[in-house]
Amino acid sequence: MQWEVVIGLEIHAQLMTNSKIFSGASIAYGAEPNTQACAVDLGLPGVLPVLNTEAVRMAAKFGLAIGANVSRHSVFARKNYFYPDLPKGYQISQMELPIVEAGKLEIELKDGTKKIIGVTRAHLEEDAGKSLHEDYHGMTGIDLNRAGTPLLEIVSEPDMRSAEEAVAYMRKIHSLVQYIGICDGNMAEGSFRCDANVSVRPKGQAEYGTRAELKNINSFKFVEKAINIEVERQIDLIEDGGKVVQETRLYDADKNETRSMRSKEEANDYRYFPDPDLLPVVLDDEYLQAVKDTLPELPDVKRDRFIEQYGLSSVDAGILTVSREAADYFEKVAELSAAAKLAANWMMGEVSASLNKNDLDIKDCPVSAEMLAGMLKRIEDNTISGKIAKEVFEAMWAGDGDADTVIDKKGLKQITDSSAIEALVDQVIANNPVQAAEFKAGKEQLMGFFVGQIMKASQGKANPAQVNQLLKKKLSE
Amino acid sequence: MSLDAEQVKKIAHLARLEINEADIPSYAGTLSNILELVDQMSAVNTDDVEPMAHPMDANQRLRADVVTENNQREKFQAIAPKTEDGLYLVPQVIE
Repeated sequence: MQWEVVIGLEIHAQLMTNSKIFSGASIAYGAEPNTQACAVDLGLPGVLPVLNTEAVRMAAKFGLAIGANVSRHSVFARKNYFYPDLPKGYQISQMELPIVEAGKLEIELKDGTKKIIGVTRAHLEEDAGKSLHEDYHGMTGIDLNRAGTPLLEIVSEPDMRSAEEAVAYMRKIHSLVQYIGICDGNMAEGSFRCDANVSVRPKGQAEYGTRAELKNINSFKFVEKAINIEVERQIDLIEDGGKVVQETRLYDADKNETRSMRSKEEANDYRYFPDPDLLPVVLDDEYLQAVKDTLPELPDVKRDRFIEQYGLSSVDAGILTVSREAADYFEKVAELSAAAKLAANWMMGEVSASLNKNDLDIKDCPVSAEMLAGMLKRIEDNTISGKIAKEVFEAMWAGDGDADTVIDKKGLKQITDSSAIEALVDQVIANNPVQAAEFKAGKEQLMGFFVGQIMKASQGKANPAQVNQLLKKKLSE
Repeated sequence: MSLDAEQVKKIAHLARLEINEADIPSYAGTLSNILELVDQMSAVNTDDVEPMAHPMDANQRLRADVVTENNQREKFQAIAPKTEDGLYLVPQVIE
């Protein structure tokens, strides 16, 4: 039987406000437990929530960025359940009238196919606290610093048909929320989290299969693995005559398996109702236009511009526009060096490899855009070869100064004087008479050997193009 | 609509209320009365009436995004039943 996978994602993005969504406590990460949990966050009697203007603005900004309908009139509701990380006994969320409805995003897969994924809704809500189940003499420790942190829950349509599509969509949202400056995207700190609803159905069947919800998968890699392993489990189960039950499952990265957490409470057990402590949020056209005016150039638009303006391939332009900082860095280098394609290659090569190796972000790159551009100019004007440039780059990374300083100090200037190169070529041919004879007899793959020897003799400084040209000439004499 | 004993128990559980078995028939009766009232109200034609989210005819006022609360953990924890390492301790919850 051919199976079709159906995936919908719920993404929780913590909004980058200063204070909580309904109280004046700080949301800074990493504070001592409960030092940022005020009376409102603790749900003490008599407190009232007051909505944070920035949380509303950020939600509206997201809606406008995905071409969604930003509601002129949205309402907060109480989602009732008992858990100690939520002291009020309910979470303030939005149910029937969320702030954002019906948007869409285009994703691009590895093979270049594009697909539109629908965003059903995005609503504002408060985050819960954290429970620590470690050793507290058989008790659970509760830290409420996170309680009340503003969240935007972004719910997709069940439009994805593979783990790859799900990851592409998640990456797209991840990139977008950072572009528009509403979420720092830090998955390790839980600022950006994802639940996946996964089901399978026989190919061609119209109705959906029963879904399982995979909870809190905290990296792109795990989303892909968790979905694939869950799909496998569901197909095996059905083929063995079993039935998928609707439930919440936890992905265990160590064992690479999903396991049942608890049966999903019936939706109506949450007993949603409008929160009487909060009035409807009303936004007018003028407000939304003002928010729209603050939107930066969005990733898709930027990518298309990069293709057009710098002659980059769609894939390269896509990579360079994933983050706004990387895109800005690239543009600066491209402009200053007037060598856009070279800049793109360096960005995706040495720069990104070095950043990864040192676990650094582009904004902390020790080689500034100005420095990289300065080096690219020296490649362009033949002062150094691409190979030597790697050495220069490493030296700049290590803090030895800009490209010209490094080239000067280390004597890396490329040899372009053809008489000097000719002398090297002659010398290497003279030192390797056997190979020279073989080459002349037709063993042309020895070309690489000679180039290598000459580059070695020049300590990598001979201009490779000139070496090739002179070598060919000499060997065919 | 009238509620049976099982439904009353479920509602009590959702609200984390402990109730006496003997009181269930009485709760079932009074809760059912409320639902009947709702049924009566449902009979009214509300086609032209906008759903009301709040009885006050006003919009939500928004707060500036400023940190105004400072750390008062000691005071809050002084009235908590049990704390340790700055955490509130509660009976163990395992998912």
